[in-house]
Amino acid sequence: MSPDWWLYLSAALFSVGAAGVLLRRNAIVVFMCVELMLNAVNLTLVTFSRINGDLDGQIIAFFVMVVAAAEVVVGLAIIVTIFRTRRTASLDEANLLKY
Amino acid sequence: MSVLASQALAQLAAAPAPSPVPASGSFSLTVWLVLLPLIGAAVLLLSGRRADPWGHLVGVAASVASFLVAVVLFFSLQGHAGDERSIGQHLFSWVPVAGFHVDAGLLLDPLSMAFVLLITGVGSLIHIYSVGYMSHDAGRRRFFGYLNLFVAAMLLLVLADGYLLLYVGWEGVGLASYLLIGFWTFKPTAATAAKKAFVVNRVGDVGLGLAIMLMFATFGTTSFVGVLGNADFVSSGTLTAIGLLLLLGACGKSAQAPLQTWLLDAMEGPTPVSALIHAATMVTAGVYLVVRSGPIFDLAPDARLAVTIVGAVTLSMGALIGCAKDDIKKVLAASTMSQIGYMVLAAGLGPAGYAIAILHLLTHGFFKAGMFLGAGSVMHALDDEVDMRRYGGLRKVMPITFVTFGLGYLAIIGLPPFSGFFSKDKIIEAAFDKGGTSGWVLGTTALVAAGVTAFYMTRLMAMTFFGEARWAKGAHPHEAPSVMTAPMVVLAIGSVCAGGLLVLGGSLQNWLEPVVGQSVEVGAHTISPTVLTLITLLVVGGGVAGGWVVFGRRSIPVTAPAAGPLVVAARRDLYGDAANEALLMRPGQWLTRWLVWFDGRGVDGFVNGLAATIGGGSARLRRWQTGFVRSYALSMFGGAALVVAAVLVVRL
Repeated sequence: MSPDWWLYLSAALFSVGAAGVLLRRNAIVVFMCVELMLNAVNLTLVTFSRINGDLDGQIIAFFVMVVAAAEVVVGLAIIVTIFRTRRTASLDEANLLKY
Repeated sequence: MSVLASQALAQLAAAPAPSPVPASGSFSLTVWLVLLPLIGAAVLLLSGRRADPWGHLVGVAASVASFLVAVVLFFSLQGHAGDERSIGQHLFSWVPVAGFHVDAGLLLDPLSMAFVLLITGVGSLIHIYSVGYMSHDAGRRRFFGYLNLFVAAMLLLVLADGYLLLYVGWEGVGLASYLLIGFWTFKPTAATAAKKAFVVNRVGDVGLGLAIMLMFATFGTTSFVGVLGNADFVSSGTLTAIGLLLLLGACGKSAQAPLQTWLLDAMEGPTPVSALIHAATMVTAGVYLVVRSGPIFDLAPDARLAVTIVGAVTLSMGALIGCAKDDIKKVLAASTMSQIGYMVLAAGLGPAGYAIAILHLLTHGFFKAGMFLGAGSVMHALDDEVDMRRYGGLRKVMPITFVTFGLGYLAIIGLPPFSGFFSKDKIIEAAFDKGGTSGWVLGTTALVAAGVTAFYMTRLMAMTFFGEARWAKGAHPHEAPSVMTAPMVVLAIGSVCAGGLLVLGGSLQNWLEPVVGQSVEVGAHTISPTVLTLITLLVVGGGVAGGWVVFGRRSIPVTAPAAGPLVVAARRDLYGDAANEALLMRPGQWLTRWLVWFDGRGVDGFVNGLAATIGGGSARLRRWQTGFVRSYALSMFGGAALVVAAVLVVRL
């Protein structure tokens, strides 16, 4: 199977994720869309690793997973705290930090 | 021809600058000339009211003691040979900076000796006169303190051995002049006149200050020996610049055009002040400066020509103004301007004129001081009335004043054998002997002005002492007390004899020769001296006759009649004040107004505008921070997309 398909798939996943981040208001959904984008990138890296026949892409993909796991911990904690104080998980409601 | 001749002449004149002999023996007294009146001033000004009863005596004593020291020094100097009559007394190291070393020292030579005798002699007489004149004034002690301060500063001016110390004296007399013109502080006119004199003098002082700086830059020193002795080695352009700056200084102090306006207003001060400071001594400091700086002017013919022009213009202006004034002191002040114009003219003629300038300065010191004291006596008798139209017929009630004033009058118009004849006649002669067009112009000016001098002085005599009495109601004129008449008599004797004594056998000429150089004998006179003397006497006689016909034979109206444009101009000081106001004051005001506007609108406007632009811009940029996370995310996507697009464009 041509590796191009994997790249098309990851581009599609990335676009879905990006659209979700920009268009959805629910913080949890936006968060999941971010994860989707990260995994789309991981898929690309792994594909490149396969194309080039070395391990660089796979190693970076592992790094991304580690960082994403840490990010999930921090991000979910923030979202839970916002939900507890404001009784909503809508991003447009959490707009106090502005001019 | 003139270039070669003037160079030869310059060589001849630049020669005398011998190093002064260190002071020893009686010459170590030189410093006491300055110290005695300075101590007097300190005692009088610091001891307060408790010195009121005896303060004036201290003032007189300090001045007379200084005069006695001067007499002792004069005879000691007589005992030396001509070229060893330059005595230097080192006082202390004044400015001991690396590269700029100035010692404070005094220089007693024939030129300064002549001035010292004039200052202390006439000064002492005027101190004595003031005892009577100021006897009813509550501030008499303060007055004598200022007078002593003036004498000390003036002596420092003429005794300094360098330009920097001279400048100290120069400013000192300016300060004393300011304090004494404004002595009657309750009179707003006096306060204004004092300020005016001070400000106008500052203009001249800036010139002198710049001259001294230029000297230091050029010669590396400011002492007379260092500057005048090395003048030969400096380009004539620099010397001309120094000469013109010195002339500016002289113009300020000596009330010469264009800085002449302060002197007429300075008559607001007490009359003894006018006699001492604004007639006999301080206003002649400019002449001293020019004569002392002779070696510089000898090598800078352009500067010298400027000096003669200033002298000629001022002597004509003074004579014209004198014809129209009704205030007796202002007539005398205008006359002083005019006579100093003669001296400056003579000093500008170079070695041929230095001694004559000093001669006229000394004779003028006698007769003008005498006449001012006479005017003070008249004012004293008529309750401080200064308007000559309210005088008249005073010769019978004030015989001593009349006779002493009359002798001064005969001296100033230049009638032989009175002193003015010898000095003024010589100036006219020297001006004609200068040769060329300038000689004729200067000579004719001096000659005509001599006639005008005779005219206005005759007018003054006729209006004051002759004719019917036009006194204000209730005036009882009386002769002044003897403490006032005695100095007038002495000065009158001086104005009769001084000229003859100083000229006899060329005594003053020989006395001054070591300092000002030998007078150059002119090969051929432009006009033979005898003929010129006769012409001068004819012109003077014409002036006297004219003055007598116009003012002596007719009755004088008590209020000034309407007059032609020339008289109106002369009454208004030839528009000197108006010119200053139009040319300097108004543009100055405009300039300051424009600067204020430019500072407010231009400089502040730029800075404030910049701040406002940045502030306003920031306020708008702030709106970008909406607080909506998704819009931030959009800009991040947009940015990332742009970066990727840019990379792709570059790569492809």
